[in-house]
Amino acid sequence: MKTVFHHKKITGLLSVIPEQTVRFEDEVDNYTFPPRQTLRLQKVMGYKQHCIVKENTSTSDLCIAGLERILNQGWLKKEEIGGIVVSTAFPDYFIPPVSSLIHGRFALDEDTICVDVSQGCVAFLWGLIEAFMLAERIPDKKILVFASDVLSKRVSKKDRNSYPLIGDAAGIAVVENDEHAGDVHTILRNRGDIDGVLRIPAGGSRLACSPQTAVLRDSDGDGNLRALDNLTMRGSDVFNFVQTAVPPLITDVMEYAGTSMDAVDWFLFHQPNKFMLRKLAEKLEIPYEKMPMNTVEEFGNSSGACIPVNITYNLADGMKKQKQRCCISAFGSGLTWGAMVIDLGEMDFCEMFISDC
Amino acid sequence: MEKIDGILQELRPELDYHASKNFIEDGLLDSFDLVSLIYELETHFNISIDALDIIPENFVSAQSIAELVKKNGGVL
Repeated sequence: MKTVFHHKKITGLLSVIPEQTVRFEDEVDNYTFPPRQTLRLQKVMGYKQHCIVKENTSTSDLCIAGLERILNQGWLKKEEIGGIVVSTAFPDYFIPPVSSLIHGRFALDEDTICVDVSQGCVAFLWGLIEAFMLAERIPDKKILVFASDVLSKRVSKKDRNSYPLIGDAAGIAVVENDEHAGDVHTILRNRGDIDGVLRIPAGGSRLACSPQTAVLRDSDGDGNLRALDNLTMRGSDVFNFVQTAVPPLITDVMEYAGTSMDAVDWFLFHQPNKFMLRKLAEKLEIPYEKMPMNTVEEFGNSSGACIPVNITYNLADGMKKQKQRCCISAFGSGLTWGAMVIDLGEMDFCEMFISDC
Repeated sequence: MEKIDGILQELRPELDYHASKNFIEDGLLDSFDLVSLIYELETHFNISIDALDIIPENFVSAQSIAELVKKNGGVL
């Protein structure tokens, strides 16, 4: 899909981070690999620490904690909300949708539209697209985008390739119409035929969770123990896909937006790991300082929430001031990848909120 | 080639690389070892390895790794 959204603006952004932080060095003994070999990855991949939720915290809990913060600070009034878009790979339940849970928790107006989108790493981008489309039909109200995941619960603690980098978080954006807002050029692409590289095999309608699906196995023969209930990721396939697919996407979105790489102030990419981002920056000849890549080591890869976490951690002050030309790009399960050229700034709020969730 | 051997040995001292004809097929290096190896090669030879060159075929032997370093501007 290739499209332009007119008169749409993000007027507020909040990320919600759980307060529980686990240090990589404290987890090294969980893995079957020699500690020295595991510790080598610390610097290259950005494994330092990650923030994970408590055992009973769900995806909606992070969203609700964030919206409470926004309402309590007076940044938004309940009556202004016309729609809720929740983009997540791991909802609280199959039924009802997370958006309905949020709607119920805050007793929002019956006319409020509630939408859940099933997405992983591309969740924030997809949520924005959905919100921009809804805002077109609900011109006088604000649309809330929630990109939230608690995937630490579905990654094996004995999977050294995935667990050290997984983080939990939520990102919340307020989207509204603004006749002075610049055009938002967007490209979204899909390759459903290569979905097996990122998958949680059990727990859906294909294969129910059972004692058998919870058994840890070294099914890839690489020393990582995981069950069918856990996320499986073929890391090298993901890496090769991203390095092949994302650079032409960025070139295309620049051309589509009629702008140049030099004219972009910030490249705000999904944060899978430091190594992959460094290689993308080199391939695209983007200076490292224009592509922040320091959130994985502080908070972990929080799937769809990565981009709001990145913006609120690195650019919060600037986002409340002048507009800045940004290129947002995300890539992940599906496989889905997309990019958006958008002016961000002059926000009413831009904050990282640490929650006791 | 000695430099490459030294980096490999430092990476996984417990392995006998000389006994292997294919590091990947023989399971000596997994994808995360490759990440560590690339970091060491880039640091040691002051090069940046093209992301599209990061494929298993380029890491099957000390010889193929040496070719990769040379291709990316490294001096052995």
